[in-house]
Amino acid sequence: MAHTEWKDAPGLPDFSLLKRLARDQLIFLLEQLPGKKDLFIDADLMSPLDRIANVTILKQHEVDKLYKVELKPIVNLVNADKVAGRFRRYKIIFTPQKFYACETVLEEQGVYGDVTTDEWNFYILPLDDDILSLELPEFFRDNFLEGDQRWVTTAGSALRLLQSVYGSFSKVYGIGRCAKMVYESWRELMEDGEQRTRQPEFAKVFLVDRDVDFVTPLCSQVVYEGLVDDLFRIKCGSVEFGPDVTSSDKSIKVMLNSQDKVFSEIRNEHFSNVFGFLSQKAKNLQTAYDKRRGMDIQQMKAFVADELKGLKQEHRLLSLHIGASESMMKKKTKQDFQELLKTEHSLLEGFEIRECITYIEEHINRQVSMIDSLRLLCLLSITENGLLSKDYRSLKAQYLQSYGIEHLLTFANLRQLGLLEEQQAGETLTVMESKVGKLVNDKTVGKLTDAFSSLAKKSNFRALSKRLALVPKSGEEYDLRVPRDMAYVFSGAYIPLSCKLIEQVLERDGWTGMEEVTRMLNGQEFAVTEARSKTDAQRIVLVMFLGGCTFSEISALRFLGKERGCRFIVVTTAITNSSRLLEALLDNSA
Amino acid sequence: AHLDLKKIELYEMGWNLKDGLRECLVAAAPYGGPIALLKGHYRRSPSARPQLEIYSSSGLPLASFPWKSGVVKQLGWTVSDDLLCVQEDGTVLVYDLWGGFKRHFSMGNEVSQSQVLETKIFHSPYGTGVAILTGALRFTLATNIDDIKLRRLPEVPGLQEAPSCWAVLTQDRQSKVLVANGSQLFILDNTACTPVTPPGLSPQASSIVHMCVSFSYKYLALLTDSGHVWMGTSNLKEKLSEVDTKIKTPPKQMAWCRRPKSQQPSAVVMWDGLLIVVGECKETIQYHLDDDSVLVPELDGVRIISGTHHELLQEVPGACEEIFKIASMAPGALLLEAHKEYEKESQKADEYLREIKEQSLLSEAVRQCVEAAGHEHEPETQKTLLRAASFGKCFLSNFPPEQFVSMCRDLRVLNAVRDYTVGIPLTHTQFKQMTVQVLIDRLVYRKLYPLAIEVCRYLKTPEYQGVSRVLKHWACYKVQQKEESDEVIAKAVSVKLADAAGISYSEIATKAYESGRTELAIKLLEFEPRSGEQVPLLLKMKKSPLALSKAIESGDTDLVYTVVMYLKNELNRGDFFMMLRNQPVALSLYKQFCKHQEQDTLKDLFNQDDDHEELGNFYVKASYKDQRLEARVALLQSAVDEYYKAKNDFSAKTTEDEMRLLRFQRKLEEEKDEQLVGFSLQDTMTTLLSVGLHKHAEQLYKDFRVPDKRFWWLKLKALAEKEDWEELEKFGKTKKSPIGYLPFVEVCIKHHNKYEAKKYVSKVTPEQKVKAHLAVGDMEGAAEAAIERRNESEISTVLSRCSATTDHLLMERLNRAKATAVKK
Repeated sequence: MAHTEWKDAPGLPDFSLLKRLARDQLIFLLEQLPGKKDLFIDADLMSPLDRIANVTILKQHEVDKLYKVELKPIVNLVNADKVAGRFRRYKIIFTPQKFYACETVLEEQGVYGDVTTDEWNFYILPLDDDILSLELPEFFRDNFLEGDQRWVTTAGSALRLLQSVYGSFSKVYGIGRCAKMVYESWRELMEDGEQRTRQPEFAKVFLVDRDVDFVTPLCSQVVYEGLVDDLFRIKCGSVEFGPDVTSSDKSIKVMLNSQDKVFSEIRNEHFSNVFGFLSQKAKNLQTAYDKRRGMDIQQMKAFVADELKGLKQEHRLLSLHIGASESMMKKKTKQDFQELLKTEHSLLEGFEIRECITYIEEHINRQVSMIDSLRLLCLLSITENGLLSKDYRSLKAQYLQSYGIEHLLTFANLRQLGLLEEQQAGETLTVMESKVGKLVNDKTVGKLTDAFSSLAKKSNFRALSKRLALVPKSGEEYDLRVPRDMAYVFSGAYIPLSCKLIEQVLERDGWTGMEEVTRMLNGQEFAVTEARSKTDAQRIVLVMFLGGCTFSEISALRFLGKERGCRFIVVTTAITNSSRLLEALLDNSA
Repeated sequence: AHLDLKKIELYEMGWNLKDGLRECLVAAAPYGGPIALLKGHYRRSPSARPQLEIYSSSGLPLASFPWKSGVVKQLGWTVSDDLLCVQEDGTVLVYDLWGGFKRHFSMGNEVSQSQVLETKIFHSPYGTGVAILTGALRFTLATNIDDIKLRRLPEVPGLQEAPSCWAVLTQDRQSKVLVANGSQLFILDNTACTPVTPPGLSPQASSIVHMCVSFSYKYLALLTDSGHVWMGTSNLKEKLSEVDTKIKTPPKQMAWCRRPKSQQPSAVVMWDGLLIVVGECKETIQYHLDDDSVLVPELDGVRIISGTHHELLQEVPGACEEIFKIASMAPGALLLEAHKEYEKESQKADEYLREIKEQSLLSEAVRQCVEAAGHEHEPETQKTLLRAASFGKCFLSNFPPEQFVSMCRDLRVLNAVRDYTVGIPLTHTQFKQMTVQVLIDRLVYRKLYPLAIEVCRYLKTPEYQGVSRVLKHWACYKVQQKEESDEVIAKAVSVKLADAAGISYSEIATKAYESGRTELAIKLLEFEPRSGEQVPLLLKMKKSPLALSKAIESGDTDLVYTVVMYLKNELNRGDFFMMLRNQPVALSLYKQFCKHQEQDTLKDLFNQDDDHEELGNFYVKASYKDQRLEARVALLQSAVDEYYKAKNDFSAKTTEDEMRLLRFQRKLEEEKDEQLVGFSLQDTMTTLLSVGLHKHAEQLYKDFRVPDKRFWWLKLKALAEKEDWEELEKFGKTKKSPIGYLPFVEVCIKHHNKYEAKKYVSKVTPEQKVKAHLAVGDMEGAAEAAIERRNESEISTVLSRCSATTDHLLMERLNRAKATAVKK
């Protein structure tokens, strides 16, 4: 990267400890069942488990066979065994925690007495040096759509785990209802347990609800890591590159993290820079190889022993990433993608909305992509504070014609979350109008009234964007090779709202002066000083995303960290992107 | 070997017993515990009921009441200071220290049938046990009265009448009975009766008349009819000594009087008016007793309780003996002497000190003084010894202060509890064995709350185990005081407990509830800061709505589930739903549960709320889970009805459309044998077009008011897919394309048909001309169009696509045009 890094950026705590803790506990649980045993693993748990304890380790602890299980398997298994008159011992290990409802289900299925249960408190999976994941993709839907707050305590427990291993926090900021609940749950856990005072490794914590900022995860990602996730889907920190990338007939699974020297240099780059960087890298590599020429035997020996392996490794990774970015370029430089981006940017700017609607309509009519169409609809609704009744009905009707009536339910879900709404004309209009008038001292109040017509969850995006200067003035050149702010993660068109909030709050050391912003975000903000500390830890900030965060946001925070000489550690319930976010809200299956 | 004993007067008894202990059944708890008397027990007159009285060790009355139950055979105390009264019929009644009845249990049918002959109450690591000898001469045993498992021991061979004596032993983690039948001795365990012989027992004895086991169960003493006391280990492997008491009448009581780690065995035998201590040597020590007395064996001695006095008889501890022996030259004694001289400001102090120091025994001396202070009962002596120790410490560097400091603290506590008003005469050894926690428990049990708190604060016991625990007990006691009003008690409790850490108000409230004060319990729960803690009790008290809102307040989903599931079983369905209705959080949780487990309940819930919108959604969802078409249509019809009720015309109409579509698909499926049912409108049309059923597709297009643009896109793609270029050309001419003609060009190119594509270039609107020309690769045309439109960016686009070698002339023209366009 071109910008200068702070020389004394603080080092990051060692998170591999968390893995070790989880592994040890798992082994302990396995050892409590002496002898040979079969392990049935929930499909969703397969990848995280593999990161903690691979098959070899499991075999060492007398796990005989491994099975992947789908819905309600244990119950069926037990009942089948009962019918067959076979005797086995069963133990259900719940992770990260057992719920009372689980017992109710076991009871109702009549196997409560046949199984014993236990908990594996596997709360956090470190995906990288600075990314910790709770691996709870269901958090988003359960918490924000279904109103099921069961995961709140899980998130609280995760925080407590971090605190007990890495020291206490000096300051906690947050915004959102769930964030507040997680904070309270964590406080309660702390009061119950023993207090330990030790030098903290990170002092500041920022909790943020996903529904505070829906715009960011709905935008197309254009930073390398985000783009890889959008196109190939990164799962648990690793990605499977198909034959079109590997230029062979095999798929290759690659771990994507800071261990990968090539990847770590391009992950945060705008994809337009990546290709140039990779070709430069390839040239360097060639030069390194070329050193062989003119070496004597001794030098050659040293070269083979010391460098060749590294070079080969780098070579392999390089060719993979070149393959990946080629495949990306093929897909993304096409006209369609450019137009898509243009539409997104227009929506963010609030510019040429009619054209955007026409584009979206065409997008639906041509059945380009079920998720993308939905994404654009949501982006339109949020940025415009709901769709005009006429547009809403026509777009919805067309979408249903394209993808089937089941999506009536999807639309109901989206409305509930405030992602896709119909503007309501009604008596509340004037009330809102006057409110808005006070809120936003803007000449365009008249225009905004439409947007503020429905009462429920207002995104107020336009006003927020203005106040926080999220969208840079159009027409200015933005050199993506030398980013000047976090907007680079969206080609200079938009600074992620979530990251901007974090920046502002850290700068002000609280929410003072941001009252209007928080009011527009439905309040629920807090800032609590827990303890005083004056160490390096002040410059390590833990950011917890409740409901998932995107790689673009992580890249933006990494950029912010470099600018400010601090480091951000992201704790998220799961890594998300627009597809995952919307797929969680679909209601056409099951 | 010479036995040194001392007898300390603990208390002059505070009770006023007319007849002393005569005709009383007496039981005193170890560790300075309470004393129970059953007065008039031996006076078997039916008219006069015996009186049960409980006193502290100093004779202060704790309880007194007439005994109304059956004939008591034995009294005894449990390890937690509860009184056990074993009745003739084998029923055991349990009372607390204050004479409050707690519970009763039976020692089994066999015992109640053959009646209790003799009973012994014993303590082991497993708790308090009861051993019974029945009228049938069999033993029944319960090792722990809190977890009763009755064991009937094997028969003793040749036992014709009650054995001459017996005792309970705890060996090898098992309780056993040692029985003497004349001169024969047996050990009874779970499975067998084994005859045993004590090694070296004098042969002149024809019967063992008394036996006793030491506090630790390690040692055994036997008294024979010849007046000999045999002492040895209780495993009967070793004899320690044998002494002739020269008295042949059977004694009243016998007990061990040995302190832990002592080198010498010593036992006390009591007859009327006489007490004999036997040890290793042939000589015995005799004491005269004025009054009827009982012996209470302790860990490190024997207490002697009479009608007027309470004394402690114990071996003189090593440290005390060293110091106080006449003309002792032990370092401790010299240090004490040195300090005395120092107080007198005499220079002899220095001499004594020097003497100790020369032998470098000063630290030993300090240690001795501290240890001796611990064994002394008189505060003055304690002080003297501690002052001497402190004095000696001044001349030592690096002497660890812990022992001295903790001894000072311990003694202060001990002196406080030994006080007459408290009446717990603990020795330091006993105190250490018993631990502070247990002492605090005992104080709490005696309702000595302020003293308990003082002790905790003084010993700096962590608040959680100390002060808070005492306060909690106090509060639990307080809430049972019936004479005070709810308000007064709640206030008092909250004021006292306000700043104590780790108090669980829910526990206190539970106590209040158990003693029948529900209102008070609710008031107390209000003080509980953790709302989750309030829930279980609220449920127990049947305060379901409150429990539910508290569970929700706690933010613990699991707890909410617990309450919801509880309510589901507790209430009838209607009430249950009504309650949920007022609690949106609980309702949404329950809905979650129903979604996975009980679909029909979900429907009922929506019905109750008249939530027609959700009902509509519910039916739609149900419809696509069903495979049969009729069922699907029926469900959709239900959905339509609900949507209309919800005034959601849009959803209703869409659903009606879907029904129409389904019927249409079904009809076509039957006629044309094409898989269609379940497809979206778009997919249906695509399929129809791809198999050439244009008419039917057109029909759908019209019937369902499909936008022109969509249909044109659809047909365009479908025809190109089939490479039906003729039909495509016809279609393009039907009317003016609503999507323009650029898509025609692009789709043709996508299917690699440049020839067809070119046909449409001319029809493209001027704005898109350049793109169209470029798409078909016609650089000239593109350039022409761009120049004509004088559009700079379009000219640039064309330029960028030109190659320098082949399109040289074209580029020149374009550049010129660009220049003029820019100028303009």
